[in-house]
Amino acid sequence: MAIADQKVQEFSERLVTAEEIKGRSLWQDASRRFFRNKAAFASLIVLTLVVLFTFVGPYFAVWSNEEIDWSVLGQVPTKGVPSFESGHFFGTDDLGRDLYSRVIQGTQISLLVGIIGAGIAVLVGTFYGAVAGYFGGRIDSAMMRTVDILLAIPYMFILILLLMVFGRSVLMLFVGIGLVSWLGMARIVRGQTLSIKNKEFVEAALVTGVHPFTIIFRHIVPNLLGVVAVYATLLVPEMILTESFISFLGLGVQEPNTSWGALISQGASTIQYGTLWQLLFPLFFFVISLFSFYFIGDGLRDALDPKDR
Amino acid sequence: MSEAETMLSVDNLKVYFDIKPEGAMLWTKPLRLKAVDGVSFDLKKGETLGIVGESGCGKSTLARAVISMVPSESGRVVWMGSDILGLPVDKMRPLRREIQMIFQDPLASLDPRMTIGEIIAEPLKTHMRNLKPKEIKERVQAMMDKVGLLPNQINRYPHEFSGGQCQRIGIARSLILEPKLVICDEPVSALDVSIQAQVINLLTRLQKELGISLIFIAHDLSVVKHISDRVLVLYLGNAVEMSDGDELYMRPRHPYTQLLISAVPIPDPEIEQNREVDLIKGELPSPINPPSGCVFRTRCPRVQEKCAKEKPVLQTIEGTHQVACHFPLD
Repeated sequence: MAIADQKVQEFSERLVTAEEIKGRSLWQDASRRFFRNKAAFASLIVLTLVVLFTFVGPYFAVWSNEEIDWSVLGQVPTKGVPSFESGHFFGTDDLGRDLYSRVIQGTQISLLVGIIGAGIAVLVGTFYGAVAGYFGGRIDSAMMRTVDILLAIPYMFILILLLMVFGRSVLMLFVGIGLVSWLGMARIVRGQTLSIKNKEFVEAALVTGVHPFTIIFRHIVPNLLGVVAVYATLLVPEMILTESFISFLGLGVQEPNTSWGALISQGASTIQYGTLWQLLFPLFFFVISLFSFYFIGDGLRDALDPKDR
Repeated sequence: MSEAETMLSVDNLKVYFDIKPEGAMLWTKPLRLKAVDGVSFDLKKGETLGIVGESGCGKSTLARAVISMVPSESGRVVWMGSDILGLPVDKMRPLRREIQMIFQDPLASLDPRMTIGEIIAEPLKTHMRNLKPKEIKERVQAMMDKVGLLPNQINRYPHEFSGGQCQRIGIARSLILEPKLVICDEPVSALDVSIQAQVINLLTRLQKELGISLIFIAHDLSVVKHISDRVLVLYLGNAVEMSDGDELYMRPRHPYTQLLISAVPIPDPEIEQNREVDLIKGELPSPINPPSGCVFRTRCPRVQEKCAKEKPVLQTIEGTHQVACHFPLD
């Protein structure tokens, strides 16, 4: 009994005098759940490798992406095959340019399009949706009707027009994709905001006299970042697909720049000459990256919303 | 008690909500829901006013209307000598420092993404901007100690605490600015009984130490009796009786109050099993279409003809005992 008492005494003393205990935030919980999800974790590794490849790959390239290997020109199906001897690890394209360097460059551009598109969506869409949802009433109606109208315009049409009028450039592509990407995000965020703003902790902040914009940034946005993160990871492949489609139509990035869509388009057009590698290498990177993004998005959703499983 | 200065004076406060019936057209006249229909009361310094009533009788709405969290239809709310009803938001902001609130659901009232240190510090950061981070932390830890939380838990998150602890965090947050009035909106309804007692004792202790006034909303009569100096009984947005706590429990004058008190369970199984409880018959009428005259007449055992025609007003009948009934009990 005495020993037990002493132990309790020691324990309570430790409780009082102990160092500050580090709390376990909801983010930490979520990341633990995410890393336990094997598919999502593996996808994260694959994606990291793809990104690393675009940075490290150029150091191993023998040919730059613009150089034409005159020795293979005209005999691409026989001399342009992938080989280590010629330095064309992924073979050459129809014009004798090194496919390895071009795939690296296409990957960079496509990932950039996806990430910048999703980034704009996250920044603009989150802010726009949170403001509309939080203030509600007429402001909400006006802001969301604007979104509805913009969504009603066939955006592919606008995008193509933009690229025709202002010329085909990567910048225009970013502008065009950025213009439309945030609309869906704004809707989702607004819906979430509506449910969060009626929670008691928001009321508590209001009673304390916290400024509305401070409430949005301090209480509303951190609580909807989970949804935003999931939606953003699913937006990235969507953006990449859009860009690929535009490039496939021949309207996307301009030579000598390239992207997955442009490479796949070229590869597909020469498939009858037996140069299958021109299609398969870009397609491989395209497919594994998109798969990874989808699996990561899925894993994030499970991790951030454990109740929904 | 009567010598103390009046801090808050609420006069004939009305809160109406416009409700559009389902499938209403743009030109359809909205229905009016009379959530609070002309309630008056005074609150003195250091006093505790209990507000009781069934769910949906307007307790929470009344409290929120007093601090302009819901818009009021008409009436006056005088705080420390000046009318604060309908003040613009920026004029109201300095007053928020003096009136704080404690909420019903302890966990829901704490932002799950913030540490409790950040939560308790939020009022400080809002109203005392020139405080250094170190001073804020010291104050937060002192307040945590005061409400019975270990100060070394400052970096933990709300989901790592129990309901009672979360309510202590809520109390710490509401008291850190040393307010003059704290509105407690059913602060213990979501807690189990032993924790209720702890939280109530904590509130009464802190009230004595800091000299704050409390408006204590609850539907549990025994809890209200324990903590309140005076009790206001609400029914369907109307004040039906107001009196000193003990007086109200010993001699309720309004039939509704009497029925409420008779329904309080007695913590003795034998007495509880053998006694007969007069249950209040019927359902609470809709506040969209309240009964004419006295709002309680549809369920009142003493109803007479006069009750349907004339609406009784809150009248002083003895000392500080006020009741709104044409035929009060003796």
